[in-house]
Amino acid sequence: MDFSFSPEQDQLRAQARSFLEKRYPLARLAEIATSEDGWDRASWPELARLGWTGASIPEAQGGAGLSFVEEAIVFEELGRALYSGPYFSTVALALPALACAPDLLAQVASGALTATFASGTAMEARRAGDRWLLRGETDLVPDAGWVDALVVQARGPDGIGLYVAKRHDARPHVKVLDTVDATRRLARVTFEDDDARLLAAPPAAAKIIAATRRRALAALALEAVGVASQALALGVEHAKSREQFGRPIGAYQAVSHKLADTYVETELARSLAYWAAWCIAEDDGQAELAASAAKMYAAEAAVAACERAIQVHGGMGFTWDHPLHRYYKRALWIESFDRSGAAHRADIAQVLLDG
Amino acid sequence: MDLRDGPEEAAFRATLRTWLEANVPSGLRGFRGWSGPAALALGRDWSKRLAEAGYAGLTWPKEYGGAGRPWRYQAVYLEELARAEAPQHLGVIGLGMAGPTIIAHGRPDQKARYLAKILSAEEIWCQGFSEPGSGSDLASVRTRVDLVGDRFVVNGQKVWSSYAHVADRCILLGRSTTASEKHEGLTYLIVDMKSPGVEVRPLRQITGEAEFNEIFFTDVAVPKENLLGEVGGGWRVAMTTLSHERGTFGFALAGALDVAVRKLVALARERAVTDALVRDRVAREWIDLQALRYTNYRALARLERTGVPGPEGSVAKLRWSEANQRLTKLAIEIIGREAQVADGDGAPAYWRYQQLRSRGNTIEAGTSEILRNIIAERVLGLPRSR
Repeated sequence: MDFSFSPEQDQLRAQARSFLEKRYPLARLAEIATSEDGWDRASWPELARLGWTGASIPEAQGGAGLSFVEEAIVFEELGRALYSGPYFSTVALALPALACAPDLLAQVASGALTATFASGTAMEARRAGDRWLLRGETDLVPDAGWVDALVVQARGPDGIGLYVAKRHDARPHVKVLDTVDATRRLARVTFEDDDARLLAAPPAAAKIIAATRRRALAALALEAVGVASQALALGVEHAKSREQFGRPIGAYQAVSHKLADTYVETELARSLAYWAAWCIAEDDGQAELAASAAKMYAAEAAVAACERAIQVHGGMGFTWDHPLHRYYKRALWIESFDRSGAAHRADIAQVLLDG
Repeated sequence: MDLRDGPEEAAFRATLRTWLEANVPSGLRGFRGWSGPAALALGRDWSKRLAEAGYAGLTWPKEYGGAGRPWRYQAVYLEELARAEAPQHLGVIGLGMAGPTIIAHGRPDQKARYLAKILSAEEIWCQGFSEPGSGSDLASVRTRVDLVGDRFVVNGQKVWSSYAHVADRCILLGRSTTASEKHEGLTYLIVDMKSPGVEVRPLRQITGEAEFNEIFFTDVAVPKENLLGEVGGGWRVAMTTLSHERGTFGFALAGALDVAVRKLVALARERAVTDALVRDRVAREWIDLQALRYTNYRALARLERTGVPGPEGSVAKLRWSEANQRLTKLAIEIIGREAQVADGDGAPAYWRYQQLRSRGNTIEAGTSEILRNIIAERVLGLPRSR
């Protein structure tokens, strides 16, 4: 029993934090979020050079051959810095399916390929000679506007399969939507008999889809922990420096106890998120339950952390210029992903009470 | 990072589990407090058996009769004890507070005199810290400890002392000077509870039972050699006592909560709960339990690495107490009016008792308000609220 990170993992965290603090200080958030793409494209080769895009990719494909625990550390730190590139889409959502294609995996590791995952049930795949053609529309696809490839879940002649379409070759119609969180935009993707490559046929595809969901939930739990930690830090900083009635407002228990509760919830969320990360890395039988519990809990904790931090900041926290609203919007994005907290709890109740 | 038991921990756990199945006296299964004389008689015997089997003082150094094991074994021990719904060693104050304090601050003759009997449960200890006027504000204690000739004379009143009605000895924090510096004038003594002038009055709780007591000290003579630390240096000694309380405390709490959540789930299954709102709350309690459990494991890793308990102890206590109250209310709701009936010993009786007993959870061993202050000030570095 050892629930601690190794010295190498601690080093990875320290490296990630110092790189992101330098490259993406809070002062740059607004500039990046309001840029046309909503992210800094120059960052991707750097993330690849740091070994983050290939952390869990086997060494044979140019990766580091590490586990989801290392990726978990990166997700948490990216959440803290509110990084807006397609790391979540590529590494959490697309990677499990891309693992079926070693050539594409190598491109992710080298930084040559970014990708996302288009789920949904409306997409169809049909065979045309030795090619596959995709047809249909799917909504709310993260980062679809700027990634190089789309992993697509589509119904083929034998059931649900996984396909990959390169943006450059297939040219699907992508409409980036005006979403609340400008740092991770969603898009509508329409295929009209566009070329795709089969990655996994049924029934293997179903396993990959389930694994993708677990990774995505755990990754978002970790991001949410990063978001909550940063919101807490901002709230604490303000409560220490802002004075009213001759004292820092953090001396008033009505303020300090809110922040103490945020700390407690963030720590509990962190414990659940690390548990989920370990379960996924070890392919533990509780992985699905852990990922679901962690995502539900951490998303709620992050939303509450941001809301309390906004309150502690008073009028300042309500302004567009303050960075807090950007964290709040990411927390809301995370909370909306997959299913509501109530739906996750209904799933867990079913396991506990009906199993 | 590995959340599984290592081979040695797994073996320790398996042996302990088997031992508990064979050894927990039937009168102590489903234990809920040391209030009656019958439970106490069983408790002495139970504690001796735990000690003989090597489960007392797991983390104490071998030179003082302990097992010298890393903290994780204490965690496994607490988890398994909770799982078996078996009571802890009757001498928890001695094992977890007085003993480690004597090891840290005691003289060789004090170690020789007290430590072995703490382990064997021959001597049970209690704690004389809180007073009617000094609860959360411990440094304001007023019990007098005056050096008169070759002995101390103690006068005052202590309160909320668990085990005082069975204790042989008491760790007592009192005041030696009238100096205005609150922390400076404190003195830490070991008091023989059989001394003339010591009077113990059990306090009846809202459950009707009496687990804790008031202790009155009237001109109680305490030999000079019973001083721990220095005259006026009691605060530092008391801090050792309190930090040990927090070490693996969270594991006992999470273990107890695990039992309560399992009972809640069993109740909901038995009554085939279909109400989506109730099911939602059951799921929340299960998730909160996992959060607490893994927070404890993180705390344990830190404790083993640094030897110092982190802030997770306050987090665990705060969340456990609130979770226990919440899930108890939920169980009472599921049971319905039947929970009002006071006889029987099935699920309704368990939850009815818990409903009242759990109100103490957010008060005992640090109120929720004080724990939030501790987190705000010591962890987040916010300015003091007073």
